[in-house]
Amino acid sequence: MDRLSRTSSPPWVAAVARAAFGIRRRVMEHTIASNGGYLSQACCAAEILATLYLKSMRLGPNAAALIPAPFRGVPGPTNRAYATGGLYHGAPDRATDRFYLSPAHYALVLYAALIEAGRMAPDGLAQFNTDGSTVEMIGAEHSPGFSMMGGALAQTLSQAAGVALARKLKAEEGRTWVFLSDGEFQEGQTWETLAALAFYRLDRVIAYVDVNGQQCDGETKNVMTTEPLDKRIESFGCRALVVDGHDPVALNNAAELPSDGRAVFVLCKTDPCRGIPILNERRPRLHYVRFTSEKERERYRAWYREHLVPEGVED
Amino acid sequence: MEILSKVHAGNLVRWAKDKPQVVVLSADLTGSVEIAEFQAAYPERFFSMGIAEQNMVSFAAGLAREGFIPFIHTFAVFIYRQALNQVASSVAYSFLPVKMFGFLPGITTPGGATHQAIDDIAVMRALPNMTVFETADATEIESILDPVLATPGPVYVRMLRGEVPRLFPRDEPFRPGVPRVLSIGEDITLITAGICTEEAMRATSALTKRGVSIHHVHVSTHKPLASAILLEALARPRLGVITMENHTVIGGLGSGVAELIAENGIGKKLIRVGLQDTFAHGGSRPYLMKKYGLDALALVRTVEGLVGASLGILEADLASVRIEAVHSLAKAEAL
Repeated sequence: MDRLSRTSSPPWVAAVARAAFGIRRRVMEHTIASNGGYLSQACCAAEILATLYLKSMRLGPNAAALIPAPFRGVPGPTNRAYATGGLYHGAPDRATDRFYLSPAHYALVLYAALIEAGRMAPDGLAQFNTDGSTVEMIGAEHSPGFSMMGGALAQTLSQAAGVALARKLKAEEGRTWVFLSDGEFQEGQTWETLAALAFYRLDRVIAYVDVNGQQCDGETKNVMTTEPLDKRIESFGCRALVVDGHDPVALNNAAELPSDGRAVFVLCKTDPCRGIPILNERRPRLHYVRFTSEKERERYRAWYREHLVPEGVED
Repeated sequence: MEILSKVHAGNLVRWAKDKPQVVVLSADLTGSVEIAEFQAAYPERFFSMGIAEQNMVSFAAGLAREGFIPFIHTFAVFIYRQALNQVASSVAYSFLPVKMFGFLPGITTPGGATHQAIDDIAVMRALPNMTVFETADATEIESILDPVLATPGPVYVRMLRGEVPRLFPRDEPFRPGVPRVLSIGEDITLITAGICTEEAMRATSALTKRGVSIHHVHVSTHKPLASAILLEALARPRLGVITMENHTVIGGLGSGVAELIAENGIGKKLIRVGLQDTFAHGGSRPYLMKKYGLDALALVRTVEGLVGASLGILEADLASVRIEAVHSLAKAEAL
């Protein structure tokens, strides 16, 4: 974080750093309270999501309830009043951007980011993973910040590509932003989509990829490597940019590059223990944190109180 | 019987002329699924997606979210087998207006087990939010597009191509949810769909001559299946109900009819003619229909079983089976 404290940094960088801190804090708080959670995903994605929401994306004002509405049934012929969680990104219009987070198990990280961006009330998280709530553990289409069913992985990027082509046909200005996990590049459908993104020159699509090298079974390099990811992406006709996934300036700069006609993949190199170094003891299994004893949970709670609860903030 | 060629090809072009929201997606089978004419007429509304059906289905969902009505065209197996999770999670769950046209139903292709959609109705009708139609003749192909567009949410159409008969009058278009009663009878109720309807019509004339009264109902909406016409037909026969489908007997029309019989307390015996829980293989349509018991003679034998007597009907008594060359000029390749 040293570079973020330089006096030459613009004010938004400090705001992103505060938001990223808040994302980690909220996710760890709920992980301890629920005796489990996708905590390392917060370590990885905190700066990415904070930068996108606070600086890079052009979203409309929140059009959903600050306290999320309860589950009102799945979409279908008898539920036409159904609304997706995409309203947290504003009512869709021609000029604004669309944002789709693909790996739905990052849901808690996304909810925390919505709170930090002022798009959801902090109290909304009290519903997290409770029965009858839309604030689900694996985000669904109705969950705050979601507007697709991404849980199977790889489908969100395809849908976003379809959205981008549709918006191109309609001559709309807005960009289509996607958040991906690097494990999704093991799915064949992802590569089908890259081929289509290049073929239709959908350069208004920009995907931020959390390249944390981690997946459910352990380190990606030992499960099924996706490297060299940048070369693979470039060979499919899309543009790959490699950035430090914890550097807001680098993250935002990638979004401000002039188009060269290709869809953009910002490969964000991230540290799955960033900001919560106590997680290092769990390597290489970081995909999901569950405490095996009350003693262990208490140790994490103590670490949390010492490091993540700033003065004047109640945990 | 009037035989027409490539009915969908010209019909889609005429129908889509004033519907700019309708876009067509193809997975490298453009000629084989009769959309080359659409591509030529409206290149700006035609999207080649390559041999990549999973992306095509999810991509279509994205187009639908932004106001377009994607018409996916490919062989049926490449929709419901290759991309089922995409159909379920990207399209069906979200109740998006993606219309899927699946070709090569059942044994209508010599392409063998990888190309023969023998379980598509079973799979697609199990999906919440999905509507399932099937075409049986030129009239249904010509008239199905308005109902497809008018039906909210996703629609799967089990589609015919190439040379098709005209079984139903042109002025009796496809009506969603409304079965066609083709003959009135009291002994046996016969429920058929798709190409089995034409085949059954050959048998019913011979059966009627032998004094067996057949109540023949043609179904073209598999989901939702229930209708007053169908329930009345199921309740009326003296001897029982026979279903006949170009599909495995598990999960398709026969299963749907069984559900209706059971749930409505209709105490009738049911015999399901169709693929008996087996994959098929590559061969001509007449050969496959005979081998797998989907032809008029197989239906006659089934009726004889229900009647409990031989009716003395021989193969020669049935109307001569329409011979279709494997390599038809109406097809882009010999599949």
